[in-house]
Amino acid sequence: MSVRIGSLELEHPVLNGSGTFDAIAARQVFGDALLERFPFAAFVSKTITLEPRAGNPPPRLWETPSGMINSIGLPNKGLEGFLAHDLPQLAELPVPLIVSVMATSRDDFARLVGAVSEREEVAALELNVSCPNVKSGLIVGAEPAETRALCEALRPLTDKPLIVKLTPNVADPAPVARAAEEGGADAVSLINTLRATALDPRTGEPWLGAGSGGLSGAAVKPVALDQVRRVRAAVSLPIIGMGGIESGADALDFLRCGATAVAVGTANFRDPLAGERVRAELEALSEPARSLDLK
Amino acid sequence: MSDRVQAPLGARDCEVTDRRATGGYVIVSALDAEGPDPKPGQFYMLSADGWGTHGGRPFLPRAFSVADAERADRGVRLDFLIDAVGPGTSVLAGLERGARLRVTGPLGVPFSPPRELNPDAAGAILVGGGVGIAPLAMLRRELARRAFPTRTLLGFRDREHSGGLELFRCQEVGLASEDGHAGHQGYVTDLLAVALKGPDAHTAAVYACGPPGMLEAVRALCAERGAPVELALETPMACGYGACFGCAVPLADGGYMRLCVEGPVVRGDRIATAIVEGAGHR
Ligand SMILES: Cc1cc2nc3c(=O)[nH]c(=O)nc-3n(C[C@H](O)[C@H](O)[C@H](O)COP(=O)(O)OP(=O)(O)OC[C@H]3O[C@@H](n4cnc5c(N)ncnc54)[C@H](O)[C@@H]3O)c2cc1C
Ligand SMILES: Cc1cc2nc3c(=O)[nH]c(=O)nc-3n(C[C@H](O)[C@H](O)[C@H](O)COP(=O)(O)O)c2cc1C
Ligand code: FES
Repeated sequence: MSVRIGSLELEHPVLNGSGTFDAIAARQVFGDALLERFPFAAFVSKTITLEPRAGNPPPRLWETPSGMINSIGLPNKGLEGFLAHDLPQLAELPVPLIVSVMATSRDDFARLVGAVSEREEVAALELNVSCPNVKSGLIVGAEPAETRALCEALRPLTDKPLIVKLTPNVADPAPVARAAEEGGADAVSLINTLRATALDPRTGEPWLGAGSGGLSGAAVKPVALDQVRRVRAAVSLPIIGMGGIESGADALDFLRCGATAVAVGTANFRDPLAGERVRAELEALSEPARSLDLK
Repeated sequence: MSDRVQAPLGARDCEVTDRRATGGYVIVSALDAEGPDPKPGQFYMLSADGWGTHGGRPFLPRAFSVADAERADRGVRLDFLIDAVGPGTSVLAGLERGARLRVTGPLGVPFSPPRELNPDAAGAILVGGGVGIAPLAMLRRELARRAFPTRTLLGFRDREHSGGLELFRCQEVGLASEDGHAGHQGYVTDLLAVALKGPDAHTAAVYACGPPGMLEAVRALCAERGAPVELALETPMACGYGACFGCAVPLADGGYMRLCVEGPVVRGDRIATAIVEGAGHR
């Protein structure tokens, strides 16, 4: 069941969603069994930024019916810390490494992409565009023009696959996906979390430390399927589909809607081997095994 | 800090072998055929059949300290002391013998040996509140095995919010209750204040687990008296193994730690307060 994402060849179509699996912490907790039985065909890092970030104040989690809201706030060591501390450890994983990056200006995005893509340990980059451009004040991933300009600016900086992670917090993700394609992206991934709020039942005030957060898990799957279908109708790029995938049947639904590969996110929290199970179930469901080469 | 016992990769099924009510709580025992022996202070992420179905909650697994663990023929018996406060704990507290319990663990770092916590330690003082007595029960047994002098002080709110004393296999235990139904009427920290009088504080190794308010009182008292203390803290947790960054606890010198990776057992001087937004159930 191998798949291609641009020039990146993956052994099977199941990845992790950025920020939903920390391979370094997992190796500390589960030991080298993690390397022998790595659950994903590639590892997508948590989003990194130029400068270190501490993340949002707690509480950062709220459980909803069949889902959860998080307001983690992208805690990370920053570019330098990532390259110095995390990258050497991530290079020991038995699968290709995709590094997720985010910035609030094109220049900062360019510095991140330049510095990360020149490292041979890195196979591809994912651009997290669910953030405002401080110059324009617009959420990059909500504006086709911003997304296209960003991709055009970054494209010349690397030969490695550039994956644009779309935000679902738009009326229609298709124009943004098309803009990414026109700007030179190699693939798109979706969906990121849906903007959401929970109130503390005792006080009636927002529960999350950051006020609001993003919804994920089984509850968002129908939204994700719809967005993947719309994007598939608009672009011919490979699509990494995600949002509430818990089983092989869920993953197959995404492939049927036009996804090339899938990512498991929140389901990892209930079982660190959820990705392995999704892959096995998907293989059993989709016979004959075929190469899903859409590029 | 003592080394963690690493967990087998993945969630696995265990068979519930016993369920018994104890005061307002329930002890659920399960046979873990594949896992290692956990250390006191470590925890497991638990779920069961029906998770994510009826009405959609519980959806995420829930964290529980291991209250006791004993090697048996076919694996290790794990005991969990459960206070049914919401949808997840209610399902788990209702599991009958023969039911499946899904576990990931052992997770987190355990309590340190007393002489690591305080090189001058002449005795350990365990301070527990409510269902937070669970990890201390296992620590108590470990210290007894090593014949290390230990005093146990436990506090409960009222009769409905107490139980699990039998897990201590009764060495003498100092009791406090807010309603006066058992022992000293008042807080368990009143007992700790007496125990830490004068020079005793400097030869003590204090271990505490309980509701945030109690832990904060213990932390502050130990800081004031100069007694080294380890606190087993709580936060909401989605994964328990470092994947979600949801279990942030503010550090005394700025920034946050992931409690499931660097805790749940934390030295008192690493935090400015044991009151973490979102934790606790009172
Ligand atoms: C390391 C550790 C060890 C623990 N050990 C034990 C133990 O030994 N015994 C024991 O009984 N408990 C223990 N706990 C606490 C236990 O994990 C919680 O009581 C349990 O998660 C509550 O789940 P619930 O579904 O019953 O309640 P919920 O009400 O769902 O609570 C889940 C968490 O989410 C928050 N919350 C509150 N209301 C809601 C809501 N409506 N929706 C979403 N989130 C909400 C709260 O912060 C709460 O902690 C431990 C916790 C940790 C972190
Ligand atoms: C706790 C948590 C943290 C996340 N962090 C990131 C992140 O750093 N970068 C990113 O692009 N997406 C992040 N996501 C979004 C996921 O990668 C994924 O797009 C989303 O959760 C939908 O998939 P799911 O329903 O399977 O979780 C995060 C999601 C969760 C639940
Ligand atoms: S509970 Fe997920 S990182 Fe700690």
